[in-house]
Amino acid sequence: MNPAATQPAAPRPAVGSARTLASRKTLLGAAGLAVLLALFAVFPLVFTNPLATTYGFDALIFVAAATAWNIFSGYSGYLSLGHAVFFGTGMYTVAIGARDWKLTGDTVFALLPLAALVAAAIAVPLGLVALRVRRHTFVVVTIAFFFIFQLMAFNFSFTGGTSGIDAPILNWAPATYNNPFYYLALIIAVATLALSGLVRRSRFGLHLRAIRDDEDRARSLGVHAMRVKLTALVVSGLVTGLVGGLWYYFIAAVQPQSAYDPLFDLSLALMAFFGGLGTVLGPALGALILEPAQQWLTVQFTNDYLSEILLGALFLVVILFLPRGVLPTGAERVRSWRARSRARSAAESAPEPAAADEATRTGTPS
Amino acid sequence: MAHQIYEAIVDGILGGGVYALMAAGLTLIFGVLDIINVAQGILVVVGGYLSYVLSVHLHIDLFLGLLITIPAMFVLGLVIHTTVIRPLRGAERTSMSLLACFAVAIILEGALYWIFGANNITLKASYVDASFKVAGFYISDIYVYCFILAVVLVAAIYGLLYRTTFGRGVRATMQDPIAARLIGIDVNRVAALTFGIGVAVTAAGGMAYGATSGGFNPNSGYDLISRLLAIVILGGLGSIGGALAAAVFMITVESLVDIWSPNWAIVVFYAALVIVLTVRPAGLFGRQAVRAQ
Repeated sequence: MNPAATQPAAPRPAVGSARTLASRKTLLGAAGLAVLLALFAVFPLVFTNPLATTYGFDALIFVAAATAWNIFSGYSGYLSLGHAVFFGTGMYTVAIGARDWKLTGDTVFALLPLAALVAAAIAVPLGLVALRVRRHTFVVVTIAFFFIFQLMAFNFSFTGGTSGIDAPILNWAPATYNNPFYYLALIIAVATLALSGLVRRSRFGLHLRAIRDDEDRARSLGVHAMRVKLTALVVSGLVTGLVGGLWYYFIAAVQPQSAYDPLFDLSLALMAFFGGLGTVLGPALGALILEPAQQWLTVQFTNDYLSEILLGALFLVVILFLPRGVLPTGAERVRSWRARSRARSAAESAPEPAAADEATRTGTPS
Repeated sequence: MAHQIYEAIVDGILGGGVYALMAAGLTLIFGVLDIINVAQGILVVVGGYLSYVLSVHLHIDLFLGLLITIPAMFVLGLVIHTTVIRPLRGAERTSMSLLACFAVAIILEGALYWIFGANNITLKASYVDASFKVAGFYISDIYVYCFILAVVLVAAIYGLLYRTTFGRGVRATMQDPIAARLIGIDVNRVAALTFGIGVAVTAAGGMAYGATSGGFNPNSGYDLISRLLAIVILGGLGSIGGALAAAVFMITVESLVDIWSPNWAIVVFYAALVIVLTVRPAGLFGRQAVRAQ
């Protein structure tokens, strides 16, 4: 056991890992991603069962939404439990637009950008109010906004009140009905992941993470904290609104309690924490594991409440045993294993303990 | 009209007392442990169901039953603290604890649905539907009893905090946990007991809620926790006095708006929170940045 390998690393993968490894790693990563992407692209062609494509679509929607959540909450450290506001607003934007402008069939998809824009526009005043407070208070303010929006959807007449709004019917063939939705969701999910990666590498992402680590210090070092946080929230809201609009068309109806659903907020947070908060791929991994698992539990146990209890228990297990998420914990294991094997091989070739120590130190990113 | 307004104010104050009790537990837990127990709402519902079981199956009076349910909820609080809250360590402890409490809430909600179903239930007793007349107003007995109960229990919490050695330890831990540890206070014990007490008041809160709200089911936890959070944030996190004032203020505002439009009352409730926070980010009675990030 050497101290460098067992030392608890920072909660996220270190920013400046060894330069020599970086290019090979990127290449490997790119190849892996290409293979994954191809697998996702052929998924509906292999599994033609609508149930399977529904699972796939569901998971991809949550990949996009959890990644969008992470762009704001994961990078900035401001936990939002009110992202259903953007999701629901996206749903209602498409629903109301289609109803009032009498759009039918495929033309409704033209409303998706509008859903994104409306959600982004709503994020501005919300952010200006909510981002003035921090930590717990911020979380509670986002919950308050969530309830205000749900209650407004219930009470206003243009939202259709309790009964909501049904979507125009799409006369697509039932066998391939899910496919356009699936591919659209796939495109959005991949684009969101790319965006998340870009944000993380950019100066903007650095600002966000500086705010997460110490907002006052970041501010004193010249980060325009409010502007940075607000931009992240708007970007996050934009994507969430977009997938909300798509989701509405897929489930073909919107009601206040399904559009503004507290479990949606919770799911995003759980997925991000499960995969690794603040990492690029973690939330996506969390969504890909947890969303189908949740669906499967619901189908397996016809008893709804048992699946709810199991979901809560799973949640607890993740928090207690994988507090930093699957991805960071896994990466740490791999790193320490590599460092150990390198130390062993170094020790075989050069039996002097000082040299072995030196090898480990350079091999382990700090 | 004027009559209705006076009535709404009286209702607000009496109902606010009950919320103040539940909120006091929440804010006390925050002050000592630096976590928000989002399971408080569902725990109130659990307390309500306990009273229900005792009164329906064992025919124990609602208020007498508190002698059983309060210790039971205290023990449940200790169990939650030992199994879920205490193991959390590290930099992300704060946000983790929030999610852990949420997980506990989901589990409890599922269990309640499983055991009791989704039906709305109400707590019944001879005095629940009775009312008396004062100066032209009808006031129901149960509101007054519950208000008195809330006042007694909040006074008991104050007595505990300001008149006992344990309370001094709690207040010291609220001010600075590290310094408290240095002068020999067993901070872990204080944290566990505080969590237990904060959860124990939900037994009384649940009974009062069940008897005054006109029915509850496992889903009521969401409604309760969102109101309670709004109250403790408005009052300033960690300030018990603030929670009391905010509870009475918010419930009165809600019951006043309720005269004109029941649908919008709860929206105004949250809007009031947002407006106050735009002006005073630390809440009405909160100190700015209670504890550094």
